[in-house]
Amino acid sequence: MPEIRSTVDTDEVARFSALAADWWNPRGKMAPLHKFNPVRIGYVRDQAALRFGRDTKKLDSMKGLRILDIGCGGGLLSEPLARLGAEMVGVDPSNTNIEAARAHAAQSGLAIDYRCATAEALAEAGEKFDIVLAMEVVEHVSDVSLFVESCASMVRPGGLMIAATLNRTLKSFALAIVGAEYILRWLPVGTHSWEKFVTPNELEIAMEQGGLRVTADQGVIYNIIADRWQLSSDTDVNYMLVAERA
Amino acid sequence: MENTKPPGASAWRTDVLIGGAGFAGLALAIALRQGLGESFHVTVADPALGRSHAGDARASAIAAAARRLFETIGVWDQVAPGAQPILDMVVTDSKLQDVMRPTYLSFSGKVAPGEPFAHMIENPALLAALIARAKQEGVELRTEAVTGFEASTDRVTVALSSGEPISAKLLVAADGARSPIREAAGIRSTGWSYDQSGIVTTVSHERDHHGRAEEHFLPAGPFAILPLKGRRSSIVWTEEKREAERVVALPDDGFHAELERRFGLKLGEIALAGPRRAYPLGLSMARSFIGERLALVGDAAHVIHPIAGQGLNLGLRDVAALAEAVVDAARLGLDPGGPDVMTRYQRWRRFDTAAMGVATDGLNRLFSNSSDALRIVRDVGLGLVDRMPALKTLFIREAAGLTGDVPKLLRGEAL
Repeated sequence: MPEIRSTVDTDEVARFSALAADWWNPRGKMAPLHKFNPVRIGYVRDQAALRFGRDTKKLDSMKGLRILDIGCGGGLLSEPLARLGAEMVGVDPSNTNIEAARAHAAQSGLAIDYRCATAEALAEAGEKFDIVLAMEVVEHVSDVSLFVESCASMVRPGGLMIAATLNRTLKSFALAIVGAEYILRWLPVGTHSWEKFVTPNELEIAMEQGGLRVTADQGVIYNIIADRWQLSSDTDVNYMLVAERA
Repeated sequence: MENTKPPGASAWRTDVLIGGAGFAGLALAIALRQGLGESFHVTVADPALGRSHAGDARASAIAAAARRLFETIGVWDQVAPGAQPILDMVVTDSKLQDVMRPTYLSFSGKVAPGEPFAHMIENPALLAALIARAKQEGVELRTEAVTGFEASTDRVTVALSSGEPISAKLLVAADGARSPIREAAGIRSTGWSYDQSGIVTTVSHERDHHGRAEEHFLPAGPFAILPLKGRRSSIVWTEEKREAERVVALPDDGFHAELERRFGLKLGEIALAGPRRAYPLGLSMARSFIGERLALVGDAAHVIHPIAGQGLNLGLRDVAALAEAVVDAARLGLDPGGPDVMTRYQRWRRFDTAAMGVATDGLNRLFSNSSDALRIVRDVGLGLVDRMPALKTLFIREAAGLTGDVPKLLRGEAL
C-alpha cells in the first residue's frame, strides 16, 4: 500500500481496542453507546429514506444502499443497517475492533464487509458510496478537515454524508466531559478531549470544502426522566449534520 | 425475519414467542404482524387454543382506548354487532334492605360526541374474533404450553409441551394471573387477596336497559349490572368468599331469589341466562414486568380489583406499549428482545399500573364496608364529584384509558 498521510491518532486507537470485547454487552462499558444507538440509527434511516424514497416502516428500508461506516468499532451501527438491507462496509483503524465486529456479524448471520483501514485509504482506492457515515468519530481524529475531505470524496453524486459528533461549547464541557466521564462515569475518563470537539460551523465548512452541501442539522439530548436520548433543536452538546453531493 | 429451521440448527426459530392466547397475547401477536409484516415471525402457544370457551359467562367492558386498539388491529368490526355501548352509568351506595337507592354519581358515558366511553362484549365472542384475525395475519398458533426457557446473550430457547424447543428473540408471558412463565423466571409478585369473590353470570330481563350500567355499592362489595345486547345484562356481584361459594352452589330458584333481592324489579321480571361462577378477587403486581428477553403483559404482570372494570383495559395498554417498543426497534434493525426495548416497555407501564392498582384498591376498601361513618365520607365525596364537571370528565377519560403518555394503538393510530 502506498504511504498515505493519515489522520488516525494512535493513542485513540489503543484506547478503543481495549474496549473491543465489551462492544456488544449492552450493560457493559459500551452501555452509553447502546443507549445512544436507537436515536442515531433512526436519524440515519430517516434521512436515507427521505433522500432515496424509502418506507421507514419496512424491515428492508435500506435495501441495496451501499453505506460506509467509518470508525465502525464493534459494528453497533453496521449490523442494524445491514439487517435493514444495506450493503455495509465498516472500517476501523483498530484490528481488534474489526476482529470483534467480524466475529459478531458471523454470529448474527450478517454479511458485512469489515476492513481494518482508514477513511483516507478507502478514498485513495476510489471507493464510492450512497451514504458515508462518520458517527461519533470526528471528535477522535487528528485533522478534521483532511478527514472530512476524504469522507466527502467517497460520496456518490446524489448521495449523503452524515456525521454525528460533539460541539465545543461550555455546555458540552460541563455535560460530556465533567458530567459523562467524571460524575456519571458513563465513559472512561479520557474518552474525549474537549479541545478536539468540533463546532457545527467548522464541520459545515469542512464538508463544503469537500464539495458537499449541508442540508440538515439536528441536536440530540439526553432526557433524564425517560432515560432516553432524543432528537432536539439544541445542538450545544451532541449534534448531527447531513450533507449532500449534488 | 426467520421462520424456518436452518439446516443443522437445533431448534425452530421465531422472532417473538407469546405464551398465552388470551386477549392480551392474541392482540399483541396481531399488532406485531401488522406492524412488521410477513417476514417477522410471531408464535402464540397455549393449550387452551384447543378448548371451547362456551362455558365462560364473563363479559368485558371495553374502554374507548381499548376499542381504538381493536379497531386499529382490525378486530372491532367482527365484534361490533354484539357490542353493547354503555350510554350512561349510575352509581349508588346502599344497604341491601334500602328500598330506595339514592344516586350519588351519574355519568353520561361519552368521551367525545358520539363516542361511548365503553362497550360490553361477551368474552367468548371477543376471543373468537381475535383468534380468527390472528390466523388471517399469519400468526403461528400452537396448542401447547411453554414448559421452560433459557435466555442466552442473543436468543431465548423455549421448551414446549411437545418437547420441541423453539428459539426466539423475545418471550412474552401472557399466561394469566398465575403465570407459570413469570414463576419460572423467578419474578415475585406482591399483593393480597381480598377474601372476596366476584360472582359472574348473565341475566335476561323484561324491559330494555337503554345502555345503562349500574354499580351499587352494597356492604359486601360492589354489585354491578352491565348492559349486554338483547335485554340481557352481565352481573358482577362481589361477596365475601364463603358466601359467594354458597350462593353459586344454590339451586337455580334459590340463586334467582338472591339475585333478585339485589337486582331489583325496575327492569321487570328477570331470568337466569347463563352459567354462574365465582372468581376469587385479589390484587397483585409483578415486582418487575421484564426479565432477560422476557416481557410480562396483562394479568401475568398485574391483577387489579375489578371494581372499575379496568383489568382488561390495563392489559391492552401493556400490549400497545410493548408492540410499539418492539416494532420501533425492529424497524431500526435492532434486537426486539434487547434490554433497551425491555426497559422502555417497563418504564412505560409500571407507573400507570401501580397508580391504577392503588386507585381500585382504595375504591374497594372505601366501598366494601358497612360503617356509617365511611358511608357518609364516600357519599359526600361522590356527591362532590357529581357536581364538578371537570373532575367528572377526568374520571370518564381515566376510565376510558385516555390519559397519560398514550401508546399509538390506543390513540387509534397504526404502528
